[in-house]
Amino acid sequence: MDVLVFSIFNGVLYGALLFMLSSGLTLIFSMMGVLNFAHASFFMLGAYFAYSISTFIGFFPALLFAPLIVGAIGAFVERYGLRPVHRFGHVAELLFTFGLAFLIEELVQLIWGRVNVPYRVPEFMREAAFSIQGLDYSIYRVFMLLVSVAIFVALFLLLTRTRVGLVIQAALSHPQTVAALGHNVERIFMLTFGFGCALAGVAGVIGGNVLGTEPAMAIQLGPIIFVVIVIGGLGSLGGALVASLLIGLVDNMANAFNVSFAPFFALFGITADLGGTWEDLARITSASIAPVLPYLMLVLMLIFRPRGLFGTRDT
Amino acid sequence: MTRGIRLFGPWALLALLMLGLPTLFDSSFALTVLSLMGVFIIFSCAYNMLLGQGGLLSFGHAVYFGIAGYCTIHLINAVEDEAIWFPLTLLPLIGGLVGLVLGVLIGFVSTRRAGTTFAMISLGFGELFTAMTLVLLTFFNGEDGVQGNRVYEPRPLGISFGPEIEVYYLIAIWTFIATAAMYALTRTPFGRVSNAVRDNPERLEFIGYSTHRVRWLAFALSSFFAGLAGALHAINYEHVGFETVGVQTSGLVLFMTYIGGIGSFLGPIVGAVLISYLNASLSDLTEAWFLYLGLVFVLTVMFAPAGLAGLITMHEPLMRVDRSLLRRLALPYLAAIATTLLIAAGAIGLIEMVYHLTSDLAFDSKTTVFWIELDTEAPWPWIGFAVLLGAGLLAARRTYPQVSRIWDATVAEARARLLG
Repeated sequence: MDVLVFSIFNGVLYGALLFMLSSGLTLIFSMMGVLNFAHASFFMLGAYFAYSISTFIGFFPALLFAPLIVGAIGAFVERYGLRPVHRFGHVAELLFTFGLAFLIEELVQLIWGRVNVPYRVPEFMREAAFSIQGLDYSIYRVFMLLVSVAIFVALFLLLTRTRVGLVIQAALSHPQTVAALGHNVERIFMLTFGFGCALAGVAGVIGGNVLGTEPAMAIQLGPIIFVVIVIGGLGSLGGALVASLLIGLVDNMANAFNVSFAPFFALFGITADLGGTWEDLARITSASIAPVLPYLMLVLMLIFRPRGLFGTRDT
Repeated sequence: MTRGIRLFGPWALLALLMLGLPTLFDSSFALTVLSLMGVFIIFSCAYNMLLGQGGLLSFGHAVYFGIAGYCTIHLINAVEDEAIWFPLTLLPLIGGLVGLVLGVLIGFVSTRRAGTTFAMISLGFGELFTAMTLVLLTFFNGEDGVQGNRVYEPRPLGISFGPEIEVYYLIAIWTFIATAAMYALTRTPFGRVSNAVRDNPERLEFIGYSTHRVRWLAFALSSFFAGLAGALHAINYEHVGFETVGVQTSGLVLFMTYIGGIGSFLGPIVGAVLISYLNASLSDLTEAWFLYLGLVFVLTVMFAPAGLAGLITMHEPLMRVDRSLLRRLALPYLAAIATTLLIAAGAIGLIEMVYHLTSDLAFDSKTTVFWIELDTEAPWPWIGFAVLLGAGLLAARRTYPQVSRIWDATVAEARARLLG
């Protein structure tokens, strides 16, 4: 029972982190049609900036400043990198962000080195907030959860209850009309891009010290947030939320309950006695294929429902 | 007659070049690089069947390259164990078939959409297979990869494929066959329809073609040639590791193809030759090689979307009108190239010194940049490179616009002469 509670907690936490990344990605995608390959790289930059800032002035200033810097870099990249490429079409934009992801990874290695940096959870937050049957749940994880929920609520209110949100939503579906009404759509794009990158930066600040801050963190998480927005449905914020939580929970459950698939494969006559690759198949457990599960879900989703859970269009 | 020369001349030249190169460069390093070039020429031409000719951007094409490599090594090992027998010279065909089967299966799902969706699906499949290398250990053997020994009996004509030179000729012959086949494909109705799917899918559907089936066929054929290249890669190294399946290899072939130029058949070949050479020779010299490669790629996407080959072929219409028009461009080009070199020298110097400072492998503050030993703690090297960079950037504000101004004027004049 306690294992279930813990994996739900951790799954929701991981899902909330994924949502912070995928919400920005899906906003940018539905507004500009650009799939930002470098989105997870901004997440990584958030973690690295937070590490550098927190060594000087502490964790909480880092939580404020690192996302601001990342957001500014994102807006700069949109204005001077992406916008000139826009006229070559979506494939060129995708290529640009792919190259950018590659560049950011190399630059991070140039500045902070090739191995991981010791970005740690602040001392006082490492203590247990509560514990269930001897397993501790740290204050920091509760804090992460609170920040994620706060961001989700703020984002929801911003998009549905404010004038800015109204303009953004309108620009999502009818950019020409919004421009004709006198709004500067290019500026809205730039600010949305910067805002999405800042959200990724927040995720980096609060996730970097738990997941580990290293140059490979972007390439590890990047494909997963792509999976999230495809499963949720391209351009759907609600879908991104559901898919984030789904993947977070599936990942943690698969690891927590180490289910063996041997009975399943035995149905097809595949058992461990056969040796070789058959034995590998028979020995598969849910924990061993946990890293593969998101991609399997992606493939199945694309075969049976290409528009995703809540998508309204087949891109 | 002249038509024959125009058609077969370049291929005869290519064949001569491939035959003669090992006599010019016969060091072990040169042979390794030449073999690598052959493999990546096939791979990037196959990749360009998708990206350049079909308009499909894939982030996971290394799957077909890598899995074919694994199958090839397993087959070599099976021959070694005398379970079956198969001639080494024809192994690339088996690799190609593996690629084809995978391409037919995965292509059916992934080519229903083009553009961004296709790119994402290809990435998903790439990640799926990369993750599988750590699960199915008997086949992939995890991070170590699988080894093989390509030398086995019998040895036709005394060729054992032990020495590097014999493998080079095997790769060269297959490279010739594969590139010729891929070029011939661009000339078939299928090649034309594939271009049409890229340029105007809606119209093609109206004419009665199924865009899905055309993309599917292009994907399967491209996977076939990728698999062929993967088999040669495996034979060349006698080892396949999990990174051959992953996004690094997919990214490398994308960089080669795009920087070379996706608009012409020659582009990917140029890119593969250039980047294979630089990759082999620079990755030992500098830690920052991938940073430079990424920078060149991003700059290509932003300013020269037709790639290196595109930069050259855009002069062809001018040549046809009047060769002397090109002479006007020579001086501005020289000035622009000089400023670019200045910027590059300054930037490379600064990047190398920063790398030296942050590197864990550095023992002291001394480093060698451009064959000069420099002290990274002294201010002068920093100031020197910064001045080079600044001067280059300042000069570029004059020389780059000048190039585009004179280019526009020359094109306008050529057009005026043509029209009247």
